[in-house]
Amino acid sequence: MSELETLKAQALAAVSAASQLSDIETLRVRYLGKKGEITALLKGLGQVSQEDRPKMGALINAVKAEVDDAIVERRQVLEVEAEDQSAAANAIDVTLPGRGTGRGALHPVTLVLDRIEAFFKSVGFDTVYGPEIEDDYHNFEALNLPEHHPARAMHDTFYITDSVLLRTHTSPVQVRTMESREPPFRIICPGKTYRVDPPDPSHLPMFHQVEGLMVDETCSFADLKGIITEFLRVFFERDDLKVRFRPSYFPFTEPSAEVDVQCVHCLGKGHCRVCSSTGWLEVMGSGMVHPRVLEMSGIDSERFLGFAFGMGPERLAMLRYGVSDMRHFVDNDLRFLEQFR
Amino acid sequence: MKFSEQWLREWVNPALTTEELVHQITMAGLEVDGVEPAAASLSQVVVGEILETDAHPNADKLKVCRVDSGTETHQVVCGAPNARPGLKVPFAMVGAKLDDFKIKKAKLRGVESFGMLCSERELGLSDQHEGLMELAETAPVGTDINTYLGLDDSIVEVDLTPNRSDCLGIIGLARETGLMNNLDVCMPVIAPIEPVIDDTISVELSAGTACPRFVGRVIKNVDLSAPSPLWLVEKLRRSGIRSIDPVVDVTNYVMLELNQPMHAYDLNALKGTIRVRGSRGGESLDLLNGQTVELLDETLLITDDSGPIGMAGVMGGSGTAVKPETHNIFLEAAFFAPVAIAGRARAYAMHTDAGHRFERGVDFMGQSRAMERATALLLSISGGEPGPLVDTVKEDDLPVLPKVTLRAARIERVLGMAISEADVENILKRLDFEFAVDPAESEKVWQVSSPSHRFDINIEADLIEEISRIIGYDNLPVTRPTAELMMLESTEQAVSVKSLKAQLASRGYSEAITYSFVDDQKQRLLTPQVAPVALKNPLSSEMNVMRTTLCGGLLNALVHNQNRQQQDVRLFETGLVFEQNSSGSLNFDNIEQKNRLALVLSGRRLPEGWANAQASADFFDLKGDLEFLLGAQGLSFEACDLPGMQVGQCATVLMGVEVLGYLGLVNRGVAQAFDLRNPVLIAEIDLAMAMRRSVPRVVEVSKFPEVRRDLAMLVDRAVSASEIQNVIYAHAGSALLHLKLFDVYTGKGVETIQKSIGIGLTFQHPSRTLTDDEISTAMAEVVAALETKLKAQLRN
Repeated sequence: MSELETLKAQALAAVSAASQLSDIETLRVRYLGKKGEITALLKGLGQVSQEDRPKMGALINAVKAEVDDAIVERRQVLEVEAEDQSAAANAIDVTLPGRGTGRGALHPVTLVLDRIEAFFKSVGFDTVYGPEIEDDYHNFEALNLPEHHPARAMHDTFYITDSVLLRTHTSPVQVRTMESREPPFRIICPGKTYRVDPPDPSHLPMFHQVEGLMVDETCSFADLKGIITEFLRVFFERDDLKVRFRPSYFPFTEPSAEVDVQCVHCLGKGHCRVCSSTGWLEVMGSGMVHPRVLEMSGIDSERFLGFAFGMGPERLAMLRYGVSDMRHFVDNDLRFLEQFR
Repeated sequence: MKFSEQWLREWVNPALTTEELVHQITMAGLEVDGVEPAAASLSQVVVGEILETDAHPNADKLKVCRVDSGTETHQVVCGAPNARPGLKVPFAMVGAKLDDFKIKKAKLRGVESFGMLCSERELGLSDQHEGLMELAETAPVGTDINTYLGLDDSIVEVDLTPNRSDCLGIIGLARETGLMNNLDVCMPVIAPIEPVIDDTISVELSAGTACPRFVGRVIKNVDLSAPSPLWLVEKLRRSGIRSIDPVVDVTNYVMLELNQPMHAYDLNALKGTIRVRGSRGGESLDLLNGQTVELLDETLLITDDSGPIGMAGVMGGSGTAVKPETHNIFLEAAFFAPVAIAGRARAYAMHTDAGHRFERGVDFMGQSRAMERATALLLSISGGEPGPLVDTVKEDDLPVLPKVTLRAARIERVLGMAISEADVENILKRLDFEFAVDPAESEKVWQVSSPSHRFDINIEADLIEEISRIIGYDNLPVTRPTAELMMLESTEQAVSVKSLKAQLASRGYSEAITYSFVDDQKQRLLTPQVAPVALKNPLSSEMNVMRTTLCGGLLNALVHNQNRQQQDVRLFETGLVFEQNSSGSLNFDNIEQKNRLALVLSGRRLPEGWANAQASADFFDLKGDLEFLLGAQGLSFEACDLPGMQVGQCATVLMGVEVLGYLGLVNRGVAQAFDLRNPVLIAEIDLAMAMRRSVPRVVEVSKFPEVRRDLAMLVDRAVSASEIQNVIYAHAGSALLHLKLFDVYTGKGVETIQKSIGIGLTFQHPSRTLTDDEISTAMAEVVAALETKLKAQLRN
């Protein structure tokens, strides 16, 4: 009896100690092979007495099964280990760059335009587009800027003919909307605009504008302050951004206001090249639509009020992304553009 | 406009620091552009007198001066040509500081020098450094220069909006400052001058409302030999105006102070009656600035019996100008209506301070006051005998300021806040506006009239702006707008531009923004068939016409990158192109403005990398990008020849039968003109068509197995893939699900006029399994058709 127990203990110990698949095979042959030690015990059953034989046989078979299981189990372990080893030997360099196409980038002005559009869409402003070559009437006359108005000097205009020009702002889209839609409405008009300014760090002869317009029976200067303040805080992602409104003049609004934000670079601490140490940055023009402008487009200015505002995406992009020179926006240098991936 | 803070404070002096004052002015709507000190920061600089000058022993151009500083004499070496005994000059003593520059004892060519005699530039007064600054003979020696010149002052520059021309003078700025601080403005006493002589010039106004008032005065025997006094010169300097002679200086001074431009004529050069009238054809005028101009129609003129002597409100003529030897003058202070002056100076490419004020508007009641002020100043400086002030006026042609109705309820609606009646009335009073309560109205309503200097007040909104401005925009409430909810339109039949752009970026294209105006000559290489819209006033010849294609701009952007070692370039742009769509004269209606999308591609197919094949991008890369972007539905490509494109590598893109655009390889001519180094592919398509999508309608997916058969054949090289596909689709029967062209081969084993094509056909039936027989029959049909129609030879 103890011989069988000893043999089992010996066999199991050898199996669990085996570290190579070849050792496992050797042990299988040694214990369970045709001439194996456990097989030999089974073969020796013939010499055991008739009455002990079944019991003895069962005992030996149990040992055989146990050793067999141990061998199978150990072989699986060793096989996995062997596979791992060979895989490790064939390991790839995961730090090598991936395969395929590079990624392009959207223009920073587009990123800003998208943000502006998303904000105003969320509060019900429709986005409207219009022609870039405009007639004098829609660009000037209908906006209370008759010929020879001194404010026209602020709009150095590219002309095609005496009465056809490149729009100097996107306000003519507002006029066209007022002419064709019944109030109330809320719109923004993004797009390219043109002025005769040679390119320099802060001017381009072609730049973008987004103008907004709300016309309704109740809409006040207080509402204008509210929506612009909130927009600027959302845009710059600063809940405590200081915004101030300053009296100004645009022929198409009355009252008119320039909008300044606290310098997003120095936060009003001074000694700052971005705000020239004034602590404020001019970012928008705005105001209540001039009653004459409403009337010219066929809107009853007694019943309806409107507010309008306009901003420059290039300026906002410069502040938001730290762009120092407006000309970068039209150079289309990949090393600049690809920073916006 | 620039003004001296001291000058403003002579009129009204609020208890505010310079910084506070500047902030207040800005927040009142007069934006301050900058503040600078009136001079450099100076210490130990005094009025000195040069007692004697000796030649320098070792230098021809230097002098050794003995200078009196009031308490002692100093030896100073000086190189200024005007250094002479008796001259009084600013003297910086040893230890003096001029900004950060410290004066020390020095040896100049072997002679010791104790201090420095200063030019205007050294004091930070101007750029003048031709010689020493010459002080008046009466200047008290030893006085600190800051005290003597009143240099403790700031120069404030305000950027005035066109509606606030009333603030183009100290008078307006003082009114505004008084208003903001609730202080009275202390105006200098301007008393009528008693005439000494009877001489007058008769004036006739023949221009209607363009000139309803002309105030004139003769002054005889003025002596212009002495320069203007220092205080006057300094006030002008701090407003950015150089001293010329007492007459010009006084008229400029009055313009800066009272905001009324004036003009002085040499009385002896005037002939007969002065008439104000519009120009007649063919007249010309020699101007003060030396220019001779052919007068355009409708230019308002001052004339005498000899013809035009001045462009009214803009610039005088040279023939009647006051000269150093002039003794008798005629002074003009007139009111010219803005519409009569606006744009005139610009039409002659001129800009003058007078024109700037008149075209924005001046107080139409201010002319006599200005004349009295100018006369008094001139008499005190240059002496002379004044004639009577003659006010020629056409009352009926003077501007009439409207009575404006102001409703309390409207104020509340516009501002979103009620303003108490007492506050409204108090503000109107502070503004010098007269008002009466309209008793006929049940609501509170005022009838308001503004004074003549606030001619910009025409409608109720103007008054509401004044009220909100005085209250302060920052003190008005902040609310959120409320409105009825409205759904915005949303379509599934188009993809957004935003989505197209994002897809292009994910294919490696970066977005470019290029100018809408381009070089006509270069553009003609790409679109010679399109009539471009030209600019009348382009910035340069490289920007002289509007683009008819986006590709020109993109090619320039590509070159910009190529020239900066960026060879692998993928760019796209969206935007308008412009063309004149019918012959005849150009007008707004015959200019077509179409939205396009363009792509440019050059360099490697894939970024350089260990795992990426090193092939250059070709036609099929760009075509693949277009197919990806546009969705395959209904899209087809046809070979074509287009200007600027290489023969045999250009295709029209079609959606159904509509032309969407084109793509291809640019030809050598374009490459040379644009300076392209590598092969470049471009595509341009209509943006609106590219955005179109149809709403999907689902076809039930078959549950039955697909069967695939491959065909290999030889065809003539000229046979196109689409011809082969069309034949197969036409003859394979309805069970053909799709086909894939998986191989195109030319070369060894294939005759040079032929190519080998491999196509896989996949069959599937919607409701049952296809039998071998059915597929074999279909394949036989296909093969027969290919053989007869395209002379294809089946390969095995």
